[in-house]
Amino acid sequence: MKILVCISHVPDTTSKINFTENDSKFDSNGVQFVINPYDEFALTRAMWFKEKQGATVTVVNVGNVSTEPTLRKALAIGADNAIRVNTEATDGLAVAKELAEVVKNGGYNLVLAGKESIDYNGGMVPGMLAALLDFSFVNACIGLEIDGDKATISREIDGGKEILTSNLPLIIAGQKGLVEEKDLRIPNMRGIMMARKKPLSIVEPVNNSPATSIASFEKQAAKSACKLVDNVDELISLLHNEAKVI
Amino acid sequence: MSVLVFAETSEGKFKKSAFEVTSYGKKVAEQLGTNVVVLAINSSDPTLLYTYGAEKVLNVLNDSLKTFNVKIFANIIKQAAEKENSQVVILDSASNSLYLGPNVAVNLNAGYVTNVVALPSSTSPLTVKRKTFSNKAFNNTILNTDIKVISLAKNSYGLIENEVSGSIEEFSPSLVESNLTSERIEQTTGKVTIADADIVVSGGRGLKGPENWGMIEELAEILGAASACSKPVSDLGWRPHSEHVGQTGKPVASNLYIAIGISGAIQHLAGVNSSKVKVVINTDPEAPFFKAADYGIVGDAFEVVPKLIEKLKEFKANNA
Ligand SMILES: Cc1cc2nc3c(=O)[nH]c(=O)nc-3n(C[C@H](O)[C@H](O)[C@H](O)COP(=O)(O)OP(=O)(O)OC[C@H]3O[C@@H](n4cnc5c(N)ncnc54)[C@H](O)[C@@H]3O)c2cc1C
Ligand SMILES: Nc1ncnc2c1ncn2[C@@H]1O[C@H](COP(=O)(O)O)[C@@H](O)[C@H]1O
Repeated sequence: MKILVCISHVPDTTSKINFTENDSKFDSNGVQFVINPYDEFALTRAMWFKEKQGATVTVVNVGNVSTEPTLRKALAIGADNAIRVNTEATDGLAVAKELAEVVKNGGYNLVLAGKESIDYNGGMVPGMLAALLDFSFVNACIGLEIDGDKATISREIDGGKEILTSNLPLIIAGQKGLVEEKDLRIPNMRGIMMARKKPLSIVEPVNNSPATSIASFEKQAAKSACKLVDNVDELISLLHNEAKVI
Repeated sequence: MSVLVFAETSEGKFKKSAFEVTSYGKKVAEQLGTNVVVLAINSSDPTLLYTYGAEKVLNVLNDSLKTFNVKIFANIIKQAAEKENSQVVILDSASNSLYLGPNVAVNLNAGYVTNVVALPSSTSPLTVKRKTFSNKAFNNTILNTDIKVISLAKNSYGLIENEVSGSIEEFSPSLVESNLTSERIEQTTGKVTIADADIVVSGGRGLKGPENWGMIEELAEILGAASACSKPVSDLGWRPHSEHVGQTGKPVASNLYIAIGISGAIQHLAGVNSSKVKVVINTDPEAPFFKAADYGIVGDAFEVVPKLIEKLKEFKANNA
């Protein structure tokens, strides 16, 4: 199996979000970047396939040079090699088109991505990639088994789950459940040493114009103060008469 | 020219969000000076959409579409958009629609935006406000393509009645082949899902252990609410993963969110701050959740919740 894991490079979940240049740009000052949490589930599942069933694992990011430490971290967790497509990621469709080139050129038959990036929250790159390549695609994936050429996949649906089957090639957008939280890997010293010698290749983008562009950002409006109440009667009355939610 | 809305059904019945996207689509069509067309698959009563402004409904009746398939459904939406010459295609944020969106966009060569929370602020170029950074901020996104696909965030626009005398047209699209086969669906029966719920009751590590969830479930039942939990609670196996809400769990956009024994970590708040009204019950007056909530009780859940249950039962009996 040739596995490609799509890694998005995102602000750590504890980051305070600020904007600069007249609210036109994200302010990355003092922000720590990490592997997108959903992509960690995908990467850990890929490592399991590599160790238990034999597979090579490539990680890929579409981004500028600042994303390389995140790719090195994925190598330290155990991926065999990394690819960076050297362009700013601004639009989901444009990113998916870059990834489609990588998949075609590398002959991958299993692509693991995350359900959404926690910065852009597009929830679109993996599905678009699948549509561009005409590969089978499962969104919100919470379980994946591969037997030869055949995959059994579970996806979360509103109020339950659906079990699907497909032949490879396949793309999934994963989340918790794909592996358990406790099984997520963190790089160890040996992994970090080895990652330095693993290949990280840089490919140039195919030229395509973005389908969307961001005009400006806004922060959440400041909240009015919380009303503290002493007893449940008062709470019920406020929820009924003031907030009108019960 | 038209605006096409996809109204999701489940076993022939419209989801509530189908009425919300229809209401929204009607208004977008007005802004663009065109008509709204709503596509439904196997709806048992498509006329219900007239209430929300659907002037024309395309209803596809086909038994082989009782099982959802992303490629086949996305292709049907594409065929409808082409037939109706739609410039804008609108989807909701239920799990199937979010699954369809990227495929529809690629096949229509369209720009795609998710998490949209308001009507377009401009129609040329089409600009929409959407949630980003996991609910910590918004951005205003411009769609540069001829055709645009928009997915509306749940509960962000609401159901707006706008009765019209519409018409139903039967639509028989061709069905494409798919390599993906649905084997079976395992439904957790009888429970309100977080995605559909108007009220969500959520418990955190302050509840000490899974044996104490009886009162959370009872409170949820009285309110017709879904039950939810913080991340550590599902990591510890006290509750199923499907109940975990927050930045890396399910987003909550209910009318009322009640957080019990939850501290209000930034990752938790990110996932729940789209809820309209938030109530917190916590022993610690310094818990960060109080800064994000509308109403709060500083107190022990094991005392407050049973009292709340008792009083709500009285309230429900009096207001029935
Ligand atoms: C990458 C990453 C992603 C994350 N994503 C999420 C996410 O999506 N969702 C999420 O929830 N968390 C997430 N977290 C975890 C988050 O940082 C917090 O650890 C978590 O939300 C805390 O859960 P809690 O409030 O239940 O527990 P605690 O922080 O332990 O809080 C328990 C609270 O209960 C109160 N309490 C104790 N006893 C009582 C009582 N008898 N009655 C009333 N109150 C009581 C305490 O005062 C305290 O405020 C994430 C963390 C990371 C690193
Ligand atoms: N710039 C990128 N480079 C590589 N993979 C990406 C990139 N952006 C998004 N992805 C992948 O697509 C998933 C969904 O991202 P998004 O569509 O932005 O919500 C992420 O979890 C990643 O797996």
